[in-house]
Amino acid sequence: MSATQLDLTPSQTVGPYLSLGLPWPDGPDVVPEGTPGAVVIGGTVYDGQGAPVVDAVIETWQADPAGRFDHPDDPRRAAAREGSEYPGFRAFGRAPTDDEGHWSVRTLLPGPLPGFGDDPAQAPHIDVSVFARGLLDRVVTRIYFPDFAEANATDPVLAAVPGERRHTLLAEPDGAGRYRFDIRLRGDGETVFLQI
Amino acid sequence: MTPPVLHPPGYLPAPDGTHPPLESPGYRSTGLRAPQQQPVVLPDRLTEVTGPLLTGPVRPGDDDLTIGEHGEAQGQRIVVFGRVLDSDGRPLPGTLVEIWQANAAGRYAHRWDNWPAPLDPNFTGGGRVITDKLGNYSFTTIKPGAYPWGNHHNAWRPAHIHFSLFGRAFTQRLVTQMYFPDDPLFGQDPIFNSVPEQARHRLVSTFDLDATRPEWALAFRFDIVLRGRGQTPFEEPHA
Repeated sequence: MSATQLDLTPSQTVGPYLSLGLPWPDGPDVVPEGTPGAVVIGGTVYDGQGAPVVDAVIETWQADPAGRFDHPDDPRRAAAREGSEYPGFRAFGRAPTDDEGHWSVRTLLPGPLPGFGDDPAQAPHIDVSVFARGLLDRVVTRIYFPDFAEANATDPVLAAVPGERRHTLLAEPDGAGRYRFDIRLRGDGETVFLQI
Repeated sequence: MTPPVLHPPGYLPAPDGTHPPLESPGYRSTGLRAPQQQPVVLPDRLTEVTGPLLTGPVRPGDDDLTIGEHGEAQGQRIVVFGRVLDSDGRPLPGTLVEIWQANAAGRYAHRWDNWPAPLDPNFTGGGRVITDKLGNYSFTTIKPGAYPWGNHHNAWRPAHIHFSLFGRAFTQRLVTQMYFPDDPLFGQDPIFNSVPEQARHRLVSTFDLDATRPEWALAFRFDIVLRGRGQTPFEEPHA
């Protein structure tokens, strides 16, 4: 089926001045303030010397709490569209880091994704892109949650990660309705990044 | 009841020689930020083949960067336009394109940019637009200037415009930079040269006389190709 392919456009860094182009006032609000069941997920981005990265932007993409995507490639989209159960849920978050290297988004916890064919079910997760000066391409990771230990134990992506580094993909509870997810770009405790 | 099949086709990986290596020592900032461990392969599943289909953050006029709060921005007016496609040749309609850039003097309207070139009170340097039904986008802006950046002795960034693209899948997300034809600064720029040599020209726009606005603005074309699925488009071509 693979006919002639057009050449892909190469990636370049966002540079230090990404805040002129990328942030939106409501970027970190995957759901509006006051949404029942909303949680705040955030953390600090660190460089290879443990210094905070103050010029990064984090983007998140996730299923709704029923494990569905409002997207034409999700065969259950119709159900997601009816999803008045989750009003204002955008599924996408964008948060620049602040002067302390901290980012956060307000969202709903995603639901698990059902299995299909030979593919096992997936534990609730959020896909994350990290952009920053010094990153010539985005790096991608995933956030998982300690609340779903049973599902995490059979998740195919977690299973592909060496056991001693798996914890870097797990958010830590950080008080009621809050999770901490630090990102270490390089060096000690380096976050597991995923090649997509 | 049969459970729904949740196996939409994945996207073709970027061929070797497309993107810059994260570890590119000539660009000093990579030294503290590029991961050292090999990434773990994440096959495309539902989370990766879906993605935000955003239209929200674009307001009327966001595609014209030359209109400032108190008047017109300084510099050479240009139209920057092109088409967003996937590698199968399928246009990507209705997708968000975001840009940001320095002003005509090569200065960013950013609190950290303290290079002593003049700021322009009528140029903030950010723009947004949604592609039309054929995947076309167009911005009216000012040709950005080059600027020194301290990466190495007398390092100058070639004039460029930052671009951010979504496509329709998490997998397709791309941030890049567009350059201008025949820039004499290419040879000494480690960011441009971080791209494998055979792919660098894809970041260079082309001058398009037919697209200029007579007596008003020059025009540069920059087509952008995101990952495709290796499937021949089945829609009838519109062009």
